[in-house]
Amino acid sequence: MNDWRPSASLEALYARAQLLNDLRMFFAERDVLEVETPIASRAGVTAPYLDNFTTQYVGPLAPQGLPLYLQTSPEYAMKRLLAAGSGCIYQLSKVFRNGEAGRWHNPEFTMLEWYRLGFDHHQLMAEVDDLVQQVLGTEPARCFSYNEIFRRYLDINPHQVSIAELQACAERAGVAYPLSMSQNNKDEWLQLLMTHVIEPQLGFDNIPVFITEFPASQASLARVQEVDGVWVGERFELYVEGVELANGFHELTDVSEQRARFDADNRQREQLGLPLVVIDEALLGALAHGLPACAGVALGFDRLLMLQQGFEDISLAISFPMLRA
Amino acid sequence: MAIFSTNEFKSGLKVMLDNDPCSILENEFVKPGKGQAFNRVKLRNLKTGRVIERTFKSGDTLEGADVVEVEMQYLYNDGEQWHFMGVESFEQYAVNKDGVADAALWLKEQEVCTVTLWNNVPLSVTPPNSVVLRIVETDPGLRGDTSGGGGKPATLETGAVVRVPLFVQVNELIKVDTRKGEYLSRVKDE
Repeated sequence: MNDWRPSASLEALYARAQLLNDLRMFFAERDVLEVETPIASRAGVTAPYLDNFTTQYVGPLAPQGLPLYLQTSPEYAMKRLLAAGSGCIYQLSKVFRNGEAGRWHNPEFTMLEWYRLGFDHHQLMAEVDDLVQQVLGTEPARCFSYNEIFRRYLDINPHQVSIAELQACAERAGVAYPLSMSQNNKDEWLQLLMTHVIEPQLGFDNIPVFITEFPASQASLARVQEVDGVWVGERFELYVEGVELANGFHELTDVSEQRARFDADNRQREQLGLPLVVIDEALLGALAHGLPACAGVALGFDRLLMLQQGFEDISLAISFPMLRA
Repeated sequence: MAIFSTNEFKSGLKVMLDNDPCSILENEFVKPGKGQAFNRVKLRNLKTGRVIERTFKSGDTLEGADVVEVEMQYLYNDGEQWHFMGVESFEQYAVNKDGVADAALWLKEQEVCTVTLWNNVPLSVTPPNSVVLRIVETDPGLRGDTSGGGGKPATLETGAVVRVPLFVQVNELIKVDTRKGEYLSRVKDE
């Protein structure tokens, strides 16, 4: 493709610049420090469903070559700053995810990520809601647990249901699911129903929806706690007009638990036939030193702009998407 | 036959699904930030014409379908089958009623149309976007009406019935849009 022109209109680029400015004001007013961390890092992400772009540096300091991973989110480096005593921080950074392209995905995109010391995920949800209300002019968001939302839309208890029941549920809901669906990974079925049935109905009528208390198996880098006899991740996701906009954690600070989750990720990668990823020892070093209690959230900046401007395709929100880059 | 992964899915790609040849209409990438990526795909079954929806895990594959579209000249109808000949290959093909379907309304002998072949067997016939056909029956129009408003039904030589302006008469040639089944213009007899 040889079109030199941007895919976004000039008006969209003005709106984009204005939104960047508004977000910086939002954090300046709250005394949250803007930081920058590396895009190309010596360690990647172990999460099985994220795929780093990799590159290699050759030259002084690394004559034999040094593999570098383009970050899928600035999370690890920002946690190292928190452990070093930075206080509350935010970042607007380019992140990269291989294999992700579509109406709501460009492999290179902009992430707004921030961390609040002493917050739990509920306090952080309130702040995310403030930000979204300011930017999108929405009403206060509603909050449901993962259990409540599955009961509401599919009449099942996601924590107790079996794979056979999830399969029957998908059939009842008219989801023509893949033949390759796992027969031992329940989360895959839950994610199928979430993305195909529930998500498309969330966050309409100008009222965004938070979902929290994810199954512990989807806790990622969040703490877990027991609620009504079920272990759940202290995690939230925000949905606006059927789109996943943000993902936040009451952050895990326990270094041995963190190492165990990285190892579990790599075991799952092995099962899925994916390459193993070198664990970020620098992050573990920071956790060993002591990560202050905090909550953090990553919000897709391009999607926020799309929702604000009513864009139907991410290429309208960014100057040069991959095939014009 | 080639194998296509979800990464290669795009509108127009011909694939096998449940043993039938299908054409991909839409392919939407769906992925939770922290979870499995899926492709929600809409396909048209090329045998039945039905549109179906199916979800795949990103990385899943489908076998390609040997489906090609070939320019063919319509030769004649023997009462049961419609016979065509490849414009380049001169190879002849017979198509039954189900394969010809609504295209039968617009097929005139010698006309060149598109025949879709699956494993070299005709699946369907697509007439040209516009065809010129003779009117064999229509009520006499009102004198002096040239506005084109209103209109009346006219039966064409192929048996198709289209609405035409009142001034159009029996035996005249008209140009018809086959996709909408609508009158476009009168054509001067040569």
